[in-house]
Amino acid sequence: MIQYNKFTLDNGLRVLIHEDHSTPMAVVNVLYDVGAKDENPNQTGFAHLFEHLMFGGSINIPDYDEPLQRAGGENNAYTTNDLTNYYCQLPAENLETAMWLESDRMLSLAFGKKSLETQRKVVCEEFKEHYINKPYGDVWAKMRALTYSVHPYQWMTIGKELSHVENATLDDVKNFFKKHYCPANAILVIAGKVDTDKALELSNKWFGSIPSGEKYVRNLPQEPVQTAAKELEIKADVPLDALVKAWHIDSRLEHGYYVADLITEVLGGGGSSRLFQKLVKEKQLFSNLDCYHFGSIEKGLLAIEGKLVKGKSVQEAEIAIDEELQKIMTEKISEEELQKVKNKTESVIAFEDMALMSRANSLAMYELLGDATMMNTELEKYQAITTDDILKYSKLIFNKNNSNTLRYLSNN
Amino acid sequence: MLNRTTQPHITEPTEFNLHLKPYQHYVLDNGTNVYAVEAGEQEVLSLELVFNAGNWYEEKNIIAASTNFLLKNGTNSKTAFEINEHFDFYGAYLNRSCYSETATITLHCLSKHLHHLTPVVTTLITDAVFPEKELAIYKQNQKQKLEVNLKKCDFVANRLIDEYLFGFHHPYGRYTSTIDYDAVDRESIVDFYKKYYTHGNCKIFIAGKLPVGYDKILNESFGKLPFNNTNLFQKEIHSAPAIEKKYNLINDVNGVQAAVRIARNFPNKHHPDFQKTLVLNNVFGGFFGSRLMSNIREDKGYTYGIYSYLQNHIHESAWMISTECGRDVSTATIDEVYKEMKILHETLIDKEELDLVRNYMLGTLLGDLDGPFQIISRWKSYILNGFTADYFNSAIKTIKTVSAEELQTLAKKYLNPDEFFELVVV
Repeated sequence: MIQYNKFTLDNGLRVLIHEDHSTPMAVVNVLYDVGAKDENPNQTGFAHLFEHLMFGGSINIPDYDEPLQRAGGENNAYTTNDLTNYYCQLPAENLETAMWLESDRMLSLAFGKKSLETQRKVVCEEFKEHYINKPYGDVWAKMRALTYSVHPYQWMTIGKELSHVENATLDDVKNFFKKHYCPANAILVIAGKVDTDKALELSNKWFGSIPSGEKYVRNLPQEPVQTAAKELEIKADVPLDALVKAWHIDSRLEHGYYVADLITEVLGGGGSSRLFQKLVKEKQLFSNLDCYHFGSIEKGLLAIEGKLVKGKSVQEAEIAIDEELQKIMTEKISEEELQKVKNKTESVIAFEDMALMSRANSLAMYELLGDATMMNTELEKYQAITTDDILKYSKLIFNKNNSNTLRYLSNN
Repeated sequence: MLNRTTQPHITEPTEFNLHLKPYQHYVLDNGTNVYAVEAGEQEVLSLELVFNAGNWYEEKNIIAASTNFLLKNGTNSKTAFEINEHFDFYGAYLNRSCYSETATITLHCLSKHLHHLTPVVTTLITDAVFPEKELAIYKQNQKQKLEVNLKKCDFVANRLIDEYLFGFHHPYGRYTSTIDYDAVDRESIVDFYKKYYTHGNCKIFIAGKLPVGYDKILNESFGKLPFNNTNLFQKEIHSAPAIEKKYNLINDVNGVQAAVRIARNFPNKHHPDFQKTLVLNNVFGGFFGSRLMSNIREDKGYTYGIYSYLQNHIHESAWMISTECGRDVSTATIDEVYKEMKILHETLIDKEELDLVRNYMLGTLLGDLDGPFQIISRWKSYILNGFTADYFNSAIKTIKTVSAEELQTLAKKYLNPDEFFELVVV
């Protein structure tokens, strides 16, 4: 049970404070309700590029990192298709430095030309390092484009292509800031060895006077229900054939999301999971195989991907996957198998909640979803899932018409 | 009016009284040492068995890692699947890792399940059978994984730079080819297993919210095993650095980035320069605010990241600078690294920068001591390296007091471009 108090400042900023006096540290987490899904299709990668620029100096503070490091703190940030999250951890005595830094960059950035020029290059190198200069690095760029015909989940947070990042202008940066970076679109979490009253006072002091800004109302094109299987085959300079399959699943708050989460565990969670045992160990069709989902807020994807053992054909591998999917679509799993994946989930949640940073992050995330109290009721939602649910949702998800297949073949 | 231009008052981290929570020490009936840290709010724990079974002890390439990997792939009483299912059922994670000197079996679980899990861990140490079929699958899949990794410039660079530093004969410098995997045989694994696990040297580290009677659980599961906990004979192996210092390699003609590694040999953690050099390393390339990062990423935009670090080995270390940068700017990147070395030779680090690095190191250290797994991990490192709590205290004292003059002397002693290996892999 994670205890916290929630406040809303006059400018609309939501503030959540979680006290934990067993740690000497404090965490300040600022989540902005903007992700790659909010980008213009011709300017993808922008939310992430912007995240880099948030470290390029704010209106009153030329350098973000230095004062934080001087206070003994460290920080980082990440961008997903759904959101952008900034967090810093520092000795609790120096909490105010983090409040000062985070509030100033919510107030306004410095918008330096040099910072934009450098970070464009840095992000291009990040793009190359992770997605171009790695075998199979473009698999998910291709898969997203295949699976989503209209929804902006069709591109990755790094962007569709290098040129989108290279062409970003300072005006684009300013407009993006104005639209998304303001109290109305942010959630502040303060956690650790802090006193709630004092932390609230500091929140008012540093964030209270920032103009509220306009609440960004999202109106994204919704992905129509997929009505026919989609397939793509490509050849690339890679040593092994790979097979990637994906199916649309329910959005984050729907019951079907929780069921899909357990289905991925049954199929691909750990050494006793069905796909690993059948396809890697018994049939030896794959040298590695994963089954997971993206945890997206809107309707996301469940994926199975693996690399084939040399000499095995993609057709054989697909048939074998289909056999396993048929099984889970037609036969109820045993109560024991269901209990196994529930136990796993209980354990995952307990380990996640160990780190202060992770707790602060989860509070912000659940508040974004609508209500931070959901953090304490997640496990119940998993506990309520039945073997009938697994059967019902397996049929819905693994319906042929809902499937997307990428055959990523070696041209050697 | 709120003053947003001045940093609020801070407590200087140099004033913190940093404290490493002590461990409790037990000895099991068979003489096995147990180190325990009881802390944390969540009902979870980590149990780690550390064996002297790293590749330092192998006679044939990759036998140590193969033995470690296959420990949980079948015992006299359970198949690989049944073993996995047992741990999965309790939501537990059983991992094993092989390092240069040591190899480990690690269990993470909900505290309430510990007693269901340790008896099976015991069988992995005494009853593993290494089925031929499991070995064949392992070899096939590892070879495929290796083939994919060999396409990556960073992977190739990491292997080669270690070979230049230590020599291929040395456990730190040795790497594996598909031919080595082909040569792995069950008999070598079984021999290694008996000698270094069943009858090996074992230390146990446990941390978290420990269940009542956990010491009895440990004694029942591990206190009767035939470990040989008297000090084993330690093979002496000396590094033999390469003569040639500079290397260029094209691994992928179409590569758009270059993996750059610049490295020199460095003494181990017992050397009087070691702790001070950690401070110098932070200034140079050890964190986001370091000189290498500020110059090569934040000013020039040549890379997504560049770091320097001291390798974490027991017998000896190496000082490494590592980055993946744009292919066309690899030479410029290397030049900037050497320029930064030169500046450290010629100019004293000013007080403001050095204070910042001290504060950063102490603040993050405070964070690193937060939580049972972090505390036990630090103790484990000290114990395996032969240190006591004094090492922690002296590390803190060094961070607080090392002078700019001392750091300049170290820069002159160690940061000499001619003494570094230099490798570029595209």
